[in-house]
Amino acid sequence: MFNAAIMAAEEGANPLVPNGWEILVTLAGFAVLMFIVIKFVMPAFEKTFAERTEAIEGGIAKAEAAQAEANAAREEYKQQLVDARAEANRIREEARAEGAQILASLKEKAAAESARITEQAHVQIEAERQAAVVSLRAEVGTLATELASRIVGESLADDARSARVVDRFLADLDNQSAGAAK
Amino acid sequence: MIALALPAETTDEGFVAPTIEDTHYPDILPWGGEYGVWFEGGFGKQMLLVIFSVILIASFFMAASRRRQMVPGKLQFLGESAYGFVRNSIGKDIIGGRDYLKYVPWLFAAFFFVLVNNIFGAIPLLQIPTFSHPGSAYAIAAIFYILWIAIGVKKHGLRYFKLAVVPSGVPWYIMPLLIPIEIISNFLVRPVTHSLRLFATMLAGHLIITLAGSAIEYMALSGSILLQGTGVLVLGGAVAMYMLEALIMVLQAYVFTLLAAIYIEGALHADAH
Repeated sequence: MFNAAIMAAEEGANPLVPNGWEILVTLAGFAVLMFIVIKFVMPAFEKTFAERTEAIEGGIAKAEAAQAEANAAREEYKQQLVDARAEANRIREEARAEGAQILASLKEKAAAESARITEQAHVQIEAERQAAVVSLRAEVGTLATELASRIVGESLADDARSARVVDRFLADLDNQSAGAAK
Repeated sequence: MIALALPAETTDEGFVAPTIEDTHYPDILPWGGEYGVWFEGGFGKQMLLVIFSVILIASFFMAASRRRQMVPGKLQFLGESAYGFVRNSIGKDIIGGRDYLKYVPWLFAAFFFVLVNNIFGAIPLLQIPTFSHPGSAYAIAAIFYILWIAIGVKKHGLRYFKLAVVPSGVPWYIMPLLIPIEIISNFLVRPVTHSLRLFATMLAGHLIITLAGSAIEYMALSGSILLQGTGVLVLGGAVAMYMLEALIMVLQAYVFTLLAAIYIEGALHADAH
């Protein structure tokens, strides 16, 4: 270097003095390169980068969305299951209560019905007894009168007399049955 | 190097060390003139290589970015990695913010322009880093000098120059000392170092390889067994230097772009510094 510098100095050429043509060629070359980089190379690379980032992040986002959806669905199913279980329990409880209520009301109804039937039966029996008593009384009266008239041989057509006889007879009968009941 | 050059001083027909003149090849399309003179000289190898580098970079990245597949092939992957390196490791990490993408094309073009032109120096037959010629280095450094000042002015208006040279949080009585230093370091020294760093490393590396190469040739053809033996040693050293140069070529491309990014960031956030 030392030697070279001396020799260069001797020949009068300063290594720091540039050549104008070289400057122009370098400037022009760099300008052309800048144009190509800005116009073609950089947009293409940036677009590819952006698309790739988009693809990767989009994929991740999609997967995350799917995961979230699955989680939500699972939660929903779980919730639905719990709801359904609670619903079933509720329905069962209701059914049980309703069943008990129905049973109670049926029992009540049956009791009422049986009471009603019994009552009705009592009333009917009483009515029939009454009817029987009336008809019996009439029949017994007639029969007794007829028998007595046959035995006596005389018509007891006299109503007043026959009624008296019958009454007396029945009163005796009553007395007898009252005595027997005692 | 001086030891290697000694024969040149001892014998008339001995070794003549190559000079900076030898990094400038004869013009391909001569239109007169010599090296070291403004706007003289013809269309040379260096200019051809600059144009070749533009075609090379443009066609490679056009091919790599054309397919735009979701899952990249080898070519596309290579292109995306190269672009992504400048975009993320330099643009995003240094400039940051939301609008760093605006400046990525500048950094991207600069990185590969410098890188490919430097690597030319390590490729046989091409064999000259184009930035070993000062014109190219001045030109590309000037582009970024203008760029970061323009960014600063656009962002902060004329206040940018005050922000850039008046440091905050400093007592007023130090200001007369600090402001000239800031002006010199930011607006005068910065573009010079930005360009000379690239130019000087490329020129020095190229000269070392040239010197070693011509020394090996001289020693191999000298007919003296001692010099030929030394030539083998020089060859070993030259290969090592060649490797070092290849490393520096890549490193300088990175350093150049990194500094450009730092300057842009400084202009953008002049109010925060």
